[in-house]
Amino acid sequence: MSARRVGREALKGFITGLMEDGRTVWGPQEFQGSVRFRPLKKNGTPVLDVPNATLSPKEVVFPPSEWMFLFSTDPGREDAFVLKEVPQEGPEQVILGIRPCDARAFQILDRVFLEQGAHEDPYYRSKRDRTLLIGLGCNTPCSTCFCHWTGGGPFHTEGLDVLMTDLGDVYLLEPVTERGRALLDALQLDEAGADEVERGKHIAEEARASMGEAKDPRRIKEKDLMALFGSPFWERAHEACVKCGVCTYLCPTCSCFDIQDEVRGACGFRGRNWDTCMFALTTLHASGHNPRPTGKERFRQRFMHKLKYFQDDFGDVMCVGCGRCVQYCPANIDIREIIEALSA
Amino acid sequence: MDTRVERIRSEAKRLLESGEVDLVIGFRKGSIPMVSRPWFVRTVEDTELLHWDGFCSLNLCNYLTKRKEKVAVVAKGCDTRSLVGHIQENQIQREQVLVLGVPCEGMLDRRALQERAEGTEILEVVESDGRVEIRGRGLERSFPRQEVLQHCCRICRHRNPVLHDRLLSAEVEEHQVERYEDVEEIDSQSPEERWAYFQNMLSPCIRCYACRNVCPHCYCTECFVDCSRPQWVGKSLDLNDVFTFHLFRAFHMAGRCTDCGSCERACPVGIPLRVLTRKLEKVVSERWGFEAGTDLEQLPPLATYRPDDPQDFIK
Ligand code: SF4
Ligand code: SF4
Ligand code: SF4
Ligand code: SF4
Ligand code: SF4
Repeated sequence: MSARRVGREALKGFITGLMEDGRTVWGPQEFQGSVRFRPLKKNGTPVLDVPNATLSPKEVVFPPSEWMFLFSTDPGREDAFVLKEVPQEGPEQVILGIRPCDARAFQILDRVFLEQGAHEDPYYRSKRDRTLLIGLGCNTPCSTCFCHWTGGGPFHTEGLDVLMTDLGDVYLLEPVTERGRALLDALQLDEAGADEVERGKHIAEEARASMGEAKDPRRIKEKDLMALFGSPFWERAHEACVKCGVCTYLCPTCSCFDIQDEVRGACGFRGRNWDTCMFALTTLHASGHNPRPTGKERFRQRFMHKLKYFQDDFGDVMCVGCGRCVQYCPANIDIREIIEALSA
Repeated sequence: MDTRVERIRSEAKRLLESGEVDLVIGFRKGSIPMVSRPWFVRTVEDTELLHWDGFCSLNLCNYLTKRKEKVAVVAKGCDTRSLVGHIQENQIQREQVLVLGVPCEGMLDRRALQERAEGTEILEVVESDGRVEIRGRGLERSFPRQEVLQHCCRICRHRNPVLHDRLLSAEVEEHQVERYEDVEEIDSQSPEERWAYFQNMLSPCIRCYACRNVCPHCYCTECFVDCSRPQWVGKSLDLNDVFTFHLFRAFHMAGRCTDCGSCERACPVGIPLRVLTRKLEKVVSERWGFEAGTDLEQLPPLATYRPDDPQDFIK
């Protein structure tokens, strides 16, 4: 694999190059009080020198809210109430600066949206297929980062097309997939020197070494499902949780949504919006019955889904260790403690 | 050790030993810096983890709604004000709650501290003598406490518990600070400017409802946004619906919000939601001379009618 280099000062030119052929380039940007992935404007620069963004770029392929169908409610029309698909085409796009954990999360989303039996999710599919991931390795993992517990790491390339390493004066760009290689080739970037590739390796090793001992959530797979489900552990574990939902809304792997019909004038829309198991409404039946009646059941669902059910179904935990839920939980619910408790 | 921590632990221990309460709700140290964890204590053993610092900002009144047992709660000014609201709204009985009041020096603003760390992760915060020190890899800086308080704490007029059964330290001085400077600033703008301001302010909202869910006063069995028959508000990120959600929510807080700051703190995308609730607070104060949660005997304006109520808003 031939590694390339882009000088720090040449980053803008590199991005302009990516934008050629009408590509949209998403990068982390300040968006009022947070850092979010947004399409970069011409000559815009992403904020790459901060820890991971507030929201993962999951929103690029699975937006918080999107329309799937349109319909007319005008009874005079022949096609009244006939659902018509919202066209799903869009430009080729690149996510620049996605972190390795969030890239692995895309692979988890792939399993949910693309690899579940006969049905693929066309909305996710269309966006995913035209998206390339240029990831940025993490020179300084945060204390809340635990990607290494979940099978990842600060310089893991799984899910990426290109891995970018910040060498200080220069970004090192290493192709991971064929698509990534083709993209780099087309941009005609300078080859990186062997010393630069070496420096990159060294930075990656140091970053990994700074992360401390990993606990292995895979041990939870061996546990008896009903024993975990019925464990008295949940009684107290959920008490501090206010069921605000932040953990799931920020999670790069959470994939729940709620389908809603809305009407404005004679125009109807059917769309989907992010949803979360932390809310009672999510499981409320039309009859009034709620199979997850209290906070305890909802809290348990979040962790059982991530750490047990998903593992049983797909072999991996549904968590990439990005640490957002740990950082943003107002009640300091720490998934790392839950992992330890469930694997004990 | 902070004498307040000692007092909290010893009071909790006594109350549990004597059987006066079944449960003590307070805080323990968090697993990461800059957030303390609500801690539910039922055994004497667990009292040893009770803790107090500048990050005990979560409003513990959240955990009191509709509780059945006898409970003691460690409470700062704003928690006690929310508790007054809860008692008035029959969410809990006064006799059920034993208030361990902690006069509050103001809680620390995590975001402001992080901003001052200039890109380095804060790994430890040390509080002492009116100063706050942040530490991280190659980072060591300290600031006067006053400079890094949460905004709601900087403009708080009720740091001392308004209601308490025990007071765990000496009362702090109260200040009649100006509360509405930013609200007045927005008020003075033209409708177009205000519209632009609010559009801009609310555009990052992802409708996660954390602001609603962490609010102790949002305890309705069915929230208006969740209601589907009739459906009052659309659920997408359409800005009209985002507005509707936020304006309704704010209105439901009129005369009830104690400006504890929970909503703003919980919002993952940093929306300054309190300008909405404080605008309503200002109106309620000007028209009815009412300040939420400060007096158990005074009925909230939305729960009363007086023939001499000002009605000039009815056009
Ligand atoms: S962020 Fe924390 S308090 Fe909110 S729902 Fe998740 S675990 Fe509960
Ligand atoms: S569960 Fe938490 S740490 Fe794991 S991927 Fe989701 S937000 Fe990140
Ligand atoms: S943890 Fe909850 S919100 Fe996340 S995917 Fe699972 S069920 Fe959905
Ligand atoms: S969890 Fe790992 S990959 Fe993600 S930001 Fe932290 S160090 Fe980087
Ligand atoms: S917490 Fe913030 S993002 Fe979530 S609904 Fe409230 S304002 Fe919107």
